[in-house]
Amino acid sequence: MALPKYTEPHYRIWHYIYLTICAAVFFFLIAPLFVIFPLSFNAEEFLSFSDGMKRLDPDAFSLRWYKDMIYGTKNPWGLAAKNSFIIAIFATIGSVILGTVAALGLSSRHMPYKGLIMAVLISPMIVPLIISGVAIFFFMAKAGLAATHTGIVLAHIILGTPFVVITVTATLSGFDHSVTRAAASLGSDPVNTFMKVTLPLILPGVISGGLFAFVTSFDEVVVVLFLAGLENTTIPIQMWTGLREQLSPTILAVATCLIILSTLILVTAELLRRRSERLRGINR
Amino acid sequence: MSSETKQILTTDGIPLEVSLKKAEKKNKIKAFLLVAPLLFFLIITYVFPIGDMLFRSVDDKMVTQMLPKTFKAMENWDGQELPDEEVFAAFHEDFIKLVEDKREGKLSTQLNYTKNGFKSIIKKLRRASKKFEEGNYKEQIMAVHKRWADVEYWRAIQRRAPEFTGQKYLKGMDMYVNEEGKIVSVEEDRRIHRVLWLRTLEIAFFVTVFCFLMAYPIAHLLATLPMKYSNLLMICVLLPFWTSLLVRTASWMILLQQQGIVNDFFVGIGLVADDNRPEMMYNKTGSYVAMTQILLPFMVLPLYSVMKTISPSLMRAGKSLGGTPFVAFWKVYFPLTIPGIGAGCLLVFILAIGYYITPALVGGASGTLISNQIAFHMKSTLDWSFASAMGLMLLSGVLVIYWLYNKIVGIDNIKLG
Repeated sequence: MALPKYTEPHYRIWHYIYLTICAAVFFFLIAPLFVIFPLSFNAEEFLSFSDGMKRLDPDAFSLRWYKDMIYGTKNPWGLAAKNSFIIAIFATIGSVILGTVAALGLSSRHMPYKGLIMAVLISPMIVPLIISGVAIFFFMAKAGLAATHTGIVLAHIILGTPFVVITVTATLSGFDHSVTRAAASLGSDPVNTFMKVTLPLILPGVISGGLFAFVTSFDEVVVVLFLAGLENTTIPIQMWTGLREQLSPTILAVATCLIILSTLILVTAELLRRRSERLRGINR
Repeated sequence: MSSETKQILTTDGIPLEVSLKKAEKKNKIKAFLLVAPLLFFLIITYVFPIGDMLFRSVDDKMVTQMLPKTFKAMENWDGQELPDEEVFAAFHEDFIKLVEDKREGKLSTQLNYTKNGFKSIIKKLRRASKKFEEGNYKEQIMAVHKRWADVEYWRAIQRRAPEFTGQKYLKGMDMYVNEEGKIVSVEEDRRIHRVLWLRTLEIAFFVTVFCFLMAYPIAHLLATLPMKYSNLLMICVLLPFWTSLLVRTASWMILLQQQGIVNDFFVGIGLVADDNRPEMMYNKTGSYVAMTQILLPFMVLPLYSVMKTISPSLMRAGKSLGGTPFVAFWKVYFPLTIPGIGAGCLLVFILAIGYYITPALVGGASGTLISNQIAFHMKSTLDWSFASAMGLMLLSGVLVIYWLYNKIVGIDNIKLG
């Protein structure tokens, strides 16, 4: 942002102060994430930079904690990762199907009690997680689903659907309904119309909603803390236990992997968002 | 319009009005059927269980069912003097049954909630009751411990007779019903819950303020920079947003520890002495710093989406009409961003007020919030009805804010990324 030439000196100073503040805030936002990278390669057992690391001595770095993460004795991470992926994938599929279908109904202008129903559908996102956790635990305990994968998947569907509903409704708000009418007038039945016409057009919204649902499930710890037994441990649960008990650098190795995963998700989500904006004709 | 006007008919001969209404109704049902699966799923697995919490929070059947005969016998007792033999005998009968089922421990826990001191005297009673002789239970029970001869304790038992009670809600506000049936506060030094409520509000409020102060300049920068730069900087906001909460908390634990980088830096610039490194974690500071960074994206994104729609020519117009840049900003730009400020602040406040994971990890004893107390009662004391009551108190607060949010911004306007 170049300043015009006629800017008076004290505004010029103010402008640089403003830029400095912005830089500081961006640093505050992003820097903590980058602390984890180098420390996860620490050859020693400490969670601070050793003298060797400060001198960039190659011997001070090692893959020891990554090896421990994968091959370590009594290693909880393998099971946790498997559970996390299984639970997140099923929860995402469930959330996407339920959420997309509901969003289709909600964006119909014939929908009765739209505000009220929308409020109910979004409530799991607004209600503090701890309360959702207590309520869902009571339900699962009664239904005999506590400490089962099914119970956790259902819980994560509850928490994930609001995101799908919101993103898909937003995508549908720019949707030209005359194309479905055109399809119908050409003899297509509603299911066929949805699969061949509507779905391809709203797909970016559906996928980005699905990504939100996936991340919600993959990162969720409060509800799982109430629901999970030893068999259902997930990555967040293992991290939670690890952070509470002994902060071992293995956790940092896992955290690094998670940051890489979230970067991939971010890139996908951004590409989808831009594509969806292009499709909706919002060109900036 | 005269009644003789010919009604418009469709080709089937049905009046158009009727036909239209029918079609409208069909469409309504169609739309509703699409929403129905999710709606019913949520009602069964989520809305009802929250209702169940409400029920649990006032439900007090446990003691009622443990001492059925006692409460029956107490119906004729005026509560002034010690109850007579009938009550003691009934209590003895109930108690023996509880001991047989090994449930007297539960009774003592429950009664202890009402009045401290029941735990030990119930233990003593269990031991003594094995040697009780038939008849004259009043004398025998009173001989076990002097508290059994104290009318206060019998009144405490009587107070547990009703099946429903609001006492968990009172307890959540550090109040209780005293012997005279009045609602009073507990002693000053035992008001732990009020401290927690106030601290939760305080932390949520200040985290919101900090987030606002930090988010406003960068949202403005992001909205005014050319697209290719702002997209790059946006990553700084979105990457933390998509990164696991536990990863971000872990990085703060590393940064804020006593031998951590922040402390190293302070020592390095000579702000603190090496042997006098301040505790920045396991206290309020830890909660503030970590929560502000974690919730910051939730403030930036709504602000950004509002600022993006403000035309830069408005500021130029303000300046060309003679306003200094500050006046132009304050009178023109700032008022236009108020919807974004409202959305961001309420979103951050709602999230902060129910925060659990981060305060539990970096907050220590002085930085924990009401959520941590709820989790504590769910997992450790197993006083689920109290956890439910506090959860619902928190929920009602959030719903008020949610309602405000809806009034100001509208739920439909929530934008994600």
